[in-house]
Amino acid sequence: MSSSTQLTNAFTSQSRLHRFFSTDHKVIGRQYFFLSLAAVLVGAWLSLLMRIHLVWPKAAIPFLGEIKPENYLAYLTMHGTLMVFFVLSTVPQAGFGTFFLPLQLGASKMALPRLTAAGFWTALASFMVLTISFVVPGGPGGAGWTQYPPLSAISAAGPGQGLGTDLWLVSIGLFCLSSLMSATGFLVTTIKLRCPGMTWMRMPLTCWSWFVTSILILLAFGILLAALVLLMLDRHAGTSFFVPGGLVISGKMVGHAGGSPLLWQHLFWFFGHPEVYIAVLPAMGVTSHLLSVFARKPVFGYKAMVGATLAIGALGFMVWGHHMFVSGMNPHAGFAFSSLTTAIAVPSAIKTFNWVATLYGGKIRYTTPLLFSVGFVSLFITGGLTGPILAQPSLDIYLHDTYFVVAHFHLIMAMAGLFAIFSATYFWFPKMFGRMMNERLGRLHFWITLFGSYATFMPMHLLGIAGHPRRYSDLMGVQYVAAMAPLQKFITFAAIVTIAGQIIFLVNLFWSMRKGRLAEANPWQCTTLEWTLPSPVPPEGYGGREPGVNHGPYEYNISGAKEDFIMQDAPAT
Amino acid sequence: MAAALRTALLLVLLGCSYLFVVHPYWFPAGASLQSVMIDRQFRIAFWVFGGLFILGHLILVFVLVEKAPADGKPAAGSWRLEVTWTISIAVIFFWFNISGERLWSSMMPPERQAAEVQVEVTGAQFQWYFRYPGADGVFGRTDPQKFARPEEGNPLGIDPSDPAGRDDVLSTAMIVPVGHTVQLHLRALDVIHSLFIPAMRFKQDTVPGMEIHSHFTPMQIGTYEIACAELCGLGHYRMRATVRVVSEEDFDKWMKAQEAAVLSH
Repeated sequence: MSSSTQLTNAFTSQSRLHRFFSTDHKVIGRQYFFLSLAAVLVGAWLSLLMRIHLVWPKAAIPFLGEIKPENYLAYLTMHGTLMVFFVLSTVPQAGFGTFFLPLQLGASKMALPRLTAAGFWTALASFMVLTISFVVPGGPGGAGWTQYPPLSAISAAGPGQGLGTDLWLVSIGLFCLSSLMSATGFLVTTIKLRCPGMTWMRMPLTCWSWFVTSILILLAFGILLAALVLLMLDRHAGTSFFVPGGLVISGKMVGHAGGSPLLWQHLFWFFGHPEVYIAVLPAMGVTSHLLSVFARKPVFGYKAMVGATLAIGALGFMVWGHHMFVSGMNPHAGFAFSSLTTAIAVPSAIKTFNWVATLYGGKIRYTTPLLFSVGFVSLFITGGLTGPILAQPSLDIYLHDTYFVVAHFHLIMAMAGLFAIFSATYFWFPKMFGRMMNERLGRLHFWITLFGSYATFMPMHLLGIAGHPRRYSDLMGVQYVAAMAPLQKFITFAAIVTIAGQIIFLVNLFWSMRKGRLAEANPWQCTTLEWTLPSPVPPEGYGGREPGVNHGPYEYNISGAKEDFIMQDAPAT
Repeated sequence: MAAALRTALLLVLLGCSYLFVVHPYWFPAGASLQSVMIDRQFRIAFWVFGGLFILGHLILVFVLVEKAPADGKPAAGSWRLEVTWTISIAVIFFWFNISGERLWSSMMPPERQAAEVQVEVTGAQFQWYFRYPGADGVFGRTDPQKFARPEEGNPLGIDPSDPAGRDDVLSTAMIVPVGHTVQLHLRALDVIHSLFIPAMRFKQDTVPGMEIHSHFTPMQIGTYEIACAELCGLGHYRMRATVRVVSEEDFDKWMKAQEAAVLSH
């Protein structure tokens, strides 16, 4: 018995505290799940406050009073940070991945379990540091989640640019460390802990996407961490990486000289664009997996899916300049970034084709996870098709930093990502908590969220086409923007309904944890290894028994088989 | 449930299409030479990608139609279909990409050309300044840290000892003559801003420490709003200015009057 298993056993036999600080990947996966749940509640609440402030600027919010412009900027910064880091890059990867990667590979633990645990506690510390900024003088920073200097580098540039921004930098620095630790565990687990017979091409597509995402995390978060350190040095150690000379901010002379604001943008987006794929690749993996399960058909084009995942991962590092077409970057660079961005749309289109082809001719079971997976495909088509438009510098000149971009990334990254998170939650809930979620409430939640997402984000394209810049705390400063108030009001109503609809999900989640129907081992009749274990998964996982794999992950409706599916560990035929 | 899902997707499709057909808000009327080309490119994008949006959803609805179970083994893939699809979609995407690249190369700011109208644009929290070089055609040197005195009418910090700066004209609105290419020199005093003139289809960040050159050619007389498009702090939403496009005679008249006022000061 290895020393880490001994440690785990020692922990489980000891106090509640020790169980809390567990190195069991199932405990850590659930901890990540609840961390993201806390983050998404705060993030959604902030978006509600922003939407209300935009259309009723004088509205008094209970306990908060009237929202001021500095609050609005703080909310949008925190909303973006929470949603991008603590929700979209946390729960699909570190949440479901930590729980299910070893199980789907036939392992009972993560490789490097203590590193995995340290990753979670660092993420929690990061979250706490970020939330503390709500109560410090000046509040959270207001420079947006992209933190462009000099605005983010000089504390005189606005409220929240002092301590609030320092806390942001520390928090995201911790988050980088957390992601690096978690991703290392993922890579080692995937390479070393696959059970006998689990060849690379027998891995479920979820495992492939967690694996590729981990490589992206290792390459991207290291860059962000370096950039954060440089920005911190600019703020407190008198360096000038990002701040040029000769500035006068709020009547104060700035002592820096020689830095380049564009350097930050290059570093940030070199992280920031792969980050988009860090968020969406696991979502794609879940969708591919679930469409096959509920269409009772093999994934169409498994090898093409693996290839597309790898291509997206590789190309993801070559497109960052499309965020910078109007930044003052050399316009010649626009040519390369435009073509490379168009190139990455091709593997994304391959995936979309394969999802649709997986559904075609299937005996589809219309469960809640299937509904959300189809919703993902719909949102991915809708949000994806504005990508090649924004990839053109000549069109992006006009659309950049308008609501058109807000619509684009919310549909493709935020909403599609969220739909995959929901489908994964409804799907794996029995394995994580031992009970089924309520289907009736789940369906109701789906209808509200589908129509709500479209009603909220589709009209934003029109605002952008009409030239409405994003990150405006008030619509009355520019006349043509003020004229768009009626549509903004409609969007606010849609957002309120959509967010209110999420209460149904919360009720279902917590009610089902206690009162849901007890789940059998394999309620959805899936082929992958985690479903050979009882629900919920016992602490010892597979225990002493190591599974052996004889089949691919998507053997549904194979002719000659007794049932309409063959488990991966069934005897070879 | 199958019928409900199909209906829902069709409703989404209809709702979105309705929104874009009715489009209560759309581009402001274009007023520059560049706007004609950009609007044409956007129309192509609109029909191509709007078409793919509709087609994609119709196919998604179609595959949700219940089928009699196929005989034998369900298709687990087909390289022929896969390759056909990949090539077709890549042709569409790259055809569109290349047409966009050609447009970009025709609009791309050339190396600082000698246009007739030179305007220096400076973004500052939360105000736009427009400077003209005056009769000598040369902008005076600036050093904001040494000489900037907004209350004395020198917010940009024009060096009083530089003779080239004595006839510089400073304005809080951009006045330009119709039909002439306007060469812009964009700068920022404090943080990054972005000069956005929707009617001209023009946007360019102004970055501290950099001087960025760009241009547009106004074709319609009128007054157009400028908005700031890069988050620059509390007053970002009200960092507004206007472009006044006037006839050549009016422009000359205005410029003469301004120059006279500056020199008599």
